[in-house]
Amino acid sequence: MKSAVIVFPGSNCDRDAAMAIEKVTGTAPTMVWHQETALPDGTEFVMLPGGFSYGDYLRCGAMAGVSNIIPAVKAHAEDGKPLLGVCNGFQVLIETGLLPGALMRNASLHFVCEKSPLTIENGNTQFTSQYGANRDVIIPVAHHDGNYFADDETLDRIESEGQVVFRYARNPNGSARNIAGITNSEGNVMGMMPHPERAIDVDHGGTDGLAVFESILGSA
Amino acid sequence: MKARIHVYLKPGVLDPQGAAVAGALKNLGFDEVENARQGKLIELDLTGDDADAAKTRVEEMCKKLLANPVIENFTVEMA
Repeated sequence: MKSAVIVFPGSNCDRDAAMAIEKVTGTAPTMVWHQETALPDGTEFVMLPGGFSYGDYLRCGAMAGVSNIIPAVKAHAEDGKPLLGVCNGFQVLIETGLLPGALMRNASLHFVCEKSPLTIENGNTQFTSQYGANRDVIIPVAHHDGNYFADDETLDRIESEGQVVFRYARNPNGSARNIAGITNSEGNVMGMMPHPERAIDVDHGGTDGLAVFESILGSA
Repeated sequence: MKARIHVYLKPGVLDPQGAAVAGALKNLGFDEVENARQGKLIELDLTGDDADAAKTRVEEMCKKLLANPVIENFTVEMA
């Protein structure tokens, strides 16, 4: 499967994302600078990495959400192809309107950086199918603005549609209903605050993130 | 022409930064502070001289980028 990782000024998990993709597929993804206006021909999976794009100016992900590559990323998602945003990538997906809600400053006001126990709420997505029956995983979080917010109607809707994919077992940031990761209604776009690419090797202290990449890319 | 845009959190949306500001003011002895809400002020210098048309454009800017309509409201003053 041909993959692309979008690189914004201030991205800092782009190489981790590339390593995770290469570990599963054996092929390095194309690194696409945000000023490009097209994805490489045949791109089947796109990842928006973590970091602090544009220094988090205005709102986290707001500037990246209007950068030159975004129309191509939106078109990729509208074609039904998989798109994953992690941490700042999740914030960018929210800002582009590809995912509902908002990500606000952590309720504690603290930057949180810890191994976060999570529950997989939906193991039938194209991002979680390889977890099998496993529902309890530990994936690191590292963010200042991961406090998921949406109105009750939106929360009820995404819960009932199975769009809540990951939930915190120990809420680090005040997120509504302990939400850590969601998909769009079509199920091909996922955003999550925890970093699966930082849990793919025993030397990371755990490999619970690997199945996210195996789920998306495993059939390659 | 200038536009002055206030972006602020909707009522009911938790504002932890505002709460921290209120707490800090109380620590300084300003006991009358009941609550604080923190927002942003953005000033734009604009070309043109039709204030009504400019305001419509600025409101579009707010909806597209300057405010997040999920959690924020905004007001626009032309000067």
